[in-house]
Amino acid sequence: MSTAILEVRELVKQYPATTAVAGVSFSVPPGVCFGMLGPNGAGKTTTIEIMEGILPPTAGEVHYRGEPLGNRFREEAGILFQKSALQDFLTVRQSIALFRGLYTTGLDVDEVIRLCALEKLAGRDARKLSGGQQQRLLLAIALVNDPTLLFLDEPTTGLDPQARRNFWELMQSIKAQRKTIILTTHYMEEAELLCDEIVIMDRGRIIAQGPPRRLLHEHFAEVLLELPRQEFPPAARQLPLNIIDASDRVEISTHDLEATLRTLLEAKVPLTNLRIRPANLEDLFLELTGTELRP
Amino acid sequence: MIKRLLSVLHARNLEFLRDRSTLVFTLLLPIMLVIGMGFVFGGPERPLFKVGVLAGHLDRQAHPFLRERYVEFITLPDESAALRKVTHQQIDLLVDLHAPQRYWVNTDSPKGYIVEKLLLAAEPAAVRQPVTGAAIRYIDWLFPGILGMNMMFSCLFGVGYVVLRYRKSGFLKRLHATPLSAFEFLSAQVLSRLGLILFVTVILYVGIGAIIGFHNAGNVLLLVLLGVVGALSMIALGLTIAARFSSDELVGGLLNVLTWPMMLLSGIWFSLEGSPRWVQWVAHVFPLTHVLEAARAVMLDGAGLPQIAPNLLYLAATALAFLAFGAWSFRWRIE
Repeated sequence: MSTAILEVRELVKQYPATTAVAGVSFSVPPGVCFGMLGPNGAGKTTTIEIMEGILPPTAGEVHYRGEPLGNRFREEAGILFQKSALQDFLTVRQSIALFRGLYTTGLDVDEVIRLCALEKLAGRDARKLSGGQQQRLLLAIALVNDPTLLFLDEPTTGLDPQARRNFWELMQSIKAQRKTIILTTHYMEEAELLCDEIVIMDRGRIIAQGPPRRLLHEHFAEVLLELPRQEFPPAARQLPLNIIDASDRVEISTHDLEATLRTLLEAKVPLTNLRIRPANLEDLFLELTGTELRP
Repeated sequence: MIKRLLSVLHARNLEFLRDRSTLVFTLLLPIMLVIGMGFVFGGPERPLFKVGVLAGHLDRQAHPFLRERYVEFITLPDESAALRKVTHQQIDLLVDLHAPQRYWVNTDSPKGYIVEKLLLAAEPAAVRQPVTGAAIRYIDWLFPGILGMNMMFSCLFGVGYVVLRYRKSGFLKRLHATPLSAFEFLSAQVLSRLGLILFVTVILYVGIGAIIGFHNAGNVLLLVLLGVVGALSMIALGLTIAARFSSDELVGGLLNVLTWPMMLLSGIWFSLEGSPRWVQWVAHVFPLTHVLEAARAVMLDGAGLPQIAPNLLYLAATALAFLAFGAWSFRWRIE
């Protein structure tokens, strides 16, 4: 018997002109933060909306605790959509109370307000919140039923860096409660910080799946060398190196730093602006999809 | 400036022309209005007098009086209902041309006095049955129509556009991710609007009663019951329109397609007595016709529950049918 909290089997979603999801299968263990990454149009949002039970698949199925999505799933899942509007003219507290009333069990409204640091905003018209405050309110609504499974679809897109970091702190405190989180994001830093396991999607398919460290280890040598593209001579592309093209730079992946540097010096490649760093999820993404992430 | 204006104009025209469903309704609505107005106001000149004939159907060859010009003859099979119309001067004369020929005339009615002369010229032996009673003022007759019209607009547009806005903003999609069912959501919308409509209707009823006064011969509680069932039916009708569409213009067009025929055919402004039978049949499809028919029966004739029960049953049945259809066809998100 499967121990996964959520299982996705051979999911397909076809539209008249395109196939958004082309046979996706994976399972999400309980208590992990599960990241879904991919470039725009990769099928992440379609997949997550099918998993949330709000979009019917063309084929395939999603099981929650071994059963097809049903009332139990709706009672126990919390969802923060990429874009979501609330009812007009309600305060923060009233908006949370509205959603609390839709569930059989859950947290006390004041507890959710405290959890999401909304105490000072509780009486404010929800339409008058800033972007970061609005996301905290939407997270509070997603938490109001004390969910065991939490979907966060690009929760920090459009937030300023400070608001994003505040939101990450909030998510880490939720993660500490051992809730299962399914997160889609454009921010690799966010995925690295929060996710225990990730899938990378491209053109409706999964192209990599596993814990971030294992995936990095499988795809990269120890370090990456970065050089500005305009300083990298075309002739140097013939060198026996593992060269990856990014938009404004050239990256070289190597497990023998000294030998690589010697090769570059012998080829008279200017190294003034050379940067050496360990590989991260953004490099993995670039390696696998050939596309840079753009929020 | 002209260039910018033309750019926006062009984009808007493209948007409109590419929204096929809205385009069709925009073109269809004026055509339907022309046809509707033609049926209601078209045809020969309105007759001068209105005479009720106690019969199931009208046979103009049965008596020379029935061939009189400038007199509109309407069949009234129920004698007691017909007599109320004479008493309230809603008809100028009531005749029974079966032997022995009798007629009822309101001695307070000037038009009754004249049309009586026409009858006696054609049938001198007809037996006179005098009745008395003041004419129902037009405001007394119109008042239920005004209340009903306000109710109709509030029910259809108030609910339809709210649901549409919720869908377009993504609020419905968010609600869909909760245990809330479509039926529960729609029922909440119906009850919310029902409370508002009843509140406004009571204010209108009391306010107009205090300012200009009106005639009510019936039971106020029966009117409240009628208001509740009628509003439920029309709100549910509005929800069927808003259940799945996401275009403001399409929903607006569909709501207009519903409201204009009701405005013209449900008897808000004038009675449809004497209009072709099929027009009356079409009019009785609309919930508003049943609301007004029952409201006037209660307020003008003092009708009780048994008399308006068919109207109430029709309204209750359509309310349930519309709500069930709305829940079945409901879409939480833009397709």
